[in-house]
Amino acid sequence: MGRAKPPSKATDDWAGIIGPALGLGFAVFAFGLSFGVMCIDAGGSVPKAMAMSLFVFTGASQFSAVSVLAAGGSAVSAVVGALILASRNAVYGVAVAPSLTGSLPYRLFASQFTIDETTGMTLAQSTPQRRRRAYWVTAASIYVFWNLATLLGAVAGSNIDTRKYGLDVAFAAAFVGMLAPLVTSPRARRVGCAGALVCLAVTPFVPVGAGIIVAALVALVGLRPTPEAGSVVSTGGPA
Amino acid sequence: MTWTVIIVLSVGAYALKSAGLVGVGVRDFPARVRNVIALIPAAVLSALIVKDTFTAGHDLQIDARAIGVAVAVVAVWKRVPLWLVIVLACAATGIVRAVS
Repeated sequence: MGRAKPPSKATDDWAGIIGPALGLGFAVFAFGLSFGVMCIDAGGSVPKAMAMSLFVFTGASQFSAVSVLAAGGSAVSAVVGALILASRNAVYGVAVAPSLTGSLPYRLFASQFTIDETTGMTLAQSTPQRRRRAYWVTAASIYVFWNLATLLGAVAGSNIDTRKYGLDVAFAAAFVGMLAPLVTSPRARRVGCAGALVCLAVTPFVPVGAGIIVAALVALVGLRPTPEAGSVVSTGGPA
Repeated sequence: MTWTVIIVLSVGAYALKSAGLVGVGVRDFPARVRNVIALIPAAVLSALIVKDTFTAGHDLQIDARAIGVAVAVVAVWKRVPLWLVIVLACAATGIVRAVS
């Protein structure tokens, strides 16, 4: 046996997956902390914040629901807006399905982790084996970091004056970060601008939070086919 | 934030995830449906940004939040790490409030 054994191909594979997966985990940590804090601010509790992160487990939708509730919106507005935003996870599910073949219980379990980060990491891999590994390693990393951060944020949030520290813009700042990798095409940018304008325009006239749902209707321009319309999956930011 | 909201969200979010992975599986959604779903985050996240920045209930207003979000936009554009984007945005808003 040589002393300096070169890393085997298998070790190399794992390192190439675990490194980026941990990187994504750290990235969602800041989002999770803000989520925990703002959940408390919106009238939640530590158990409620944890239930959201453990069971809903799709960051942008959790943020969206809490943001609407914090603004005084109705439960219906909060839920409908959040689920419209979560619809992309169905498309992600289709995208990762070929890499996650197996028994029905296996696929039902895997479904809980079908989110932006796991999908992006999975589709970035070159072989079926690496895709499957990447899915599960990323799922584990994000799930642990997201829930740990939510817990810390929610516990801390009980003792924080959120307005004093400007924490009420934490969601908006996070949304900016989530949006950036999604508006790479001119069409997506136009839809983004239109969504923002529609939301502002209807805000005085519709129930609080319903502007988000009205803005989502802008996405119906996707019914009109264009050559640039591409894949739903971005390998970019956490959402 | 009621438990009902949390349960409905949990069930709804899981239903959407599993509809893709287990329900549709290796077939696929029609292209038009895919295109619409692909554009939803751009529309909804943009709407959420302006809602959290420029609205208070039914009113539109410009206040310290706008400074924080402007800082976030510049920071994201400059490819600052996301945790730092959030910290900078909150700090900017907090400072503007403290001095005004």
